[in-house]
Amino acid sequence: MRTPSETNLSAEDLLGLYRRMLLIRRIEERLGEDFKRGDLPGPVHLYIGEEAVATGVCAHLTDADWIASTHRGHGHFLAKGGDPKLLVAEVYGRAGGVCRGMGGSMHVADFSKGILGANGIVGGGIGLAVGAALAAQLDRKGAVSAAFFGDGAANQGVLMEALNVSALWKLPLLLICENNGFSEFSPTGTVTVGAIADRAKPFGVPAAAVDGNDVIAVWQATNAAVRRARAGEGPSLIECRTYRLRGHVESEGSFIQERYRADEEVAAWIARDPIARLASYMDEHALAPASAREAIEAEIATIVAEAVAYATDSPYPAPDQARQFMFA
Amino acid sequence: MARRRMIQAINEALAEEMARDPRVILFGEDVEISVMGDTRGLRATFGPDRVRNTPICETVMTGMAVGAAAAGWRPICHMMYGNFLYTGMDAIANQAAKLRYMTGGQIKVPVVYMGVFGAGRSSAAQHSDAMHPMFMNLGGIKVVLPASPADAKGLLKSAIRDDNPVIFLQAAGRGGEAGDVPEEEYTIPLGVAEVKRPGKDVTLVAIGAMLRPAMRAADALAGEGIEAEVIDPRTLMPLDEATIVASVQRTGRLVVVDEARDACSAASHIAAVVTEAAWGALKAAPKRVTVPDVAIPYSPPLEKSLLPDPERIAAAVRATLGR
Repeated sequence: MRTPSETNLSAEDLLGLYRRMLLIRRIEERLGEDFKRGDLPGPVHLYIGEEAVATGVCAHLTDADWIASTHRGHGHFLAKGGDPKLLVAEVYGRAGGVCRGMGGSMHVADFSKGILGANGIVGGGIGLAVGAALAAQLDRKGAVSAAFFGDGAANQGVLMEALNVSALWKLPLLLICENNGFSEFSPTGTVTVGAIADRAKPFGVPAAAVDGNDVIAVWQATNAAVRRARAGEGPSLIECRTYRLRGHVESEGSFIQERYRADEEVAAWIARDPIARLASYMDEHALAPASAREAIEAEIATIVAEAVAYATDSPYPAPDQARQFMFA
Repeated sequence: MARRRMIQAINEALAEEMARDPRVILFGEDVEISVMGDTRGLRATFGPDRVRNTPICETVMTGMAVGAAAAGWRPICHMMYGNFLYTGMDAIANQAAKLRYMTGGQIKVPVVYMGVFGAGRSSAAQHSDAMHPMFMNLGGIKVVLPASPADAKGLLKSAIRDDNPVIFLQAAGRGGEAGDVPEEEYTIPLGVAEVKRPGKDVTLVAIGAMLRPAMRAADALAGEGIEAEVIDPRTLMPLDEATIVASVQRTGRLVVVDEARDACSAASHIAAVVTEAAWGALKAAPKRVTVPDVAIPYSPPLEKSLLPDPERIAAAVRATLGR
């Protein structure tokens, strides 16, 4: 990590990033426990370990900007300002969920916050984000659109189409690749050649590969890309190299028989935990007292407890709701 | 009334709706030069923001339409050939059709995907499908197949104003067909069938381009003393079941003509709906006149042999009357 003078980030900014990452972490840890206990009706894909990416990117965005997310979408939802209560209730399948229980974990969306939604199709959000970028360009209000996608989605053809058309039309688009080391259960290197960031080069799209566990690095790379997009100069690609500390899906122990990664590998990445790293950084540069982080921890514990209480208090939707919402 | 070719009527609908609503945008492959003629002149009138050639990229194009709609615009995504809808299918089937539903009704997805469909011009298997049945089965997509210039204009205007995704399929090779089109402003609501010819002996439902051979069959049958009531559903999702069922309640007989392959065709669906709803009124088993479950061949005599024609339709009608 850098020295504070290089970052343009104040101690307050850093604490804000810390708070956002920790919120995602604690909500997801709780959802992981809830899943294990059998309290969640469907599969959950946790973002634990990758929080710096959503946090560093969304710190630059407002409700007027758009994001399209992935099946691992809780972090993006929370980073973009989605309500933890509405998220948890949705994952619980309750009427009080952000999508009234119609979508669950893989489809959390809040259009009032510019969240086009998590997406159950790998690469499925990329086209939506390109469309929102087109809308932003036509609206001429300086909004941008960010597509989060994984290393797995980088192998979908839609990425090449998106690079081409967004560069051609100079769309205000951020292509944020979260390279978390795995395409579901296949290590990235076994299904992917070359560096994903390099895929932008033939299109003349600026690209950067950054340490995705360094929230400041993600923040800085995004800062440049967002400025460029808002100025009408077109898309950028940022490959954030991170690591999926949890499995592909919390239920995988029930159907995956072989180990697909070594304990040492996981341990090495735990040592690079983005939240702990930011804490050490703040300590090292005496940017915020540990007590500030403790206060945040306590505040978030309350938010998590309240979110779960809201979810469990919320009723299941009435069965006739299954026939609603198909058509406007 | 004014005489208009189908393609002119569609062009007028696009131009009128784009003039009426500045949020309507149109993009697709070669829409500026206009391969089909339906988008001709729109770029000059509405400018490069609202009318854009895309690269050949159906996968992102269909998704882009959904994203732009979610962000407040009303995109018309021109697919050229209906078969190219398959290339852009993820965004249609998984995103457009489901985004409103799976997000609990938070948004509207006003997108029109338009293209030409159907056989009869030796375009061979990859440019000749009648793909409307698979879209009927997606659930969240409206499916519109006009058979006349007037219907094409009125239905397309409604499709553009609709707050849901709509697949608008125009019969390929029929763009040059002329018909009377009202000169004043009008729309035709989605989900409303039209009785194109009244009759008392048999209900003859004809979908899209099948209306013309069905009307010819009805003319021939009239000469034999058989009065067929010809109905064009015009919209297949939602389907105007009431009009069709009410007709069968009177005639007691049903023949459905569909250019789709037989299995799971719109004809199969309509026959099933009528069988359940009007079982007591039926005097004969419903009959379907469809395309066999094969791809569309290139060579003209082969292609012609598969498509419903007035003779096959008339034979099916006679069969329901035991003749």
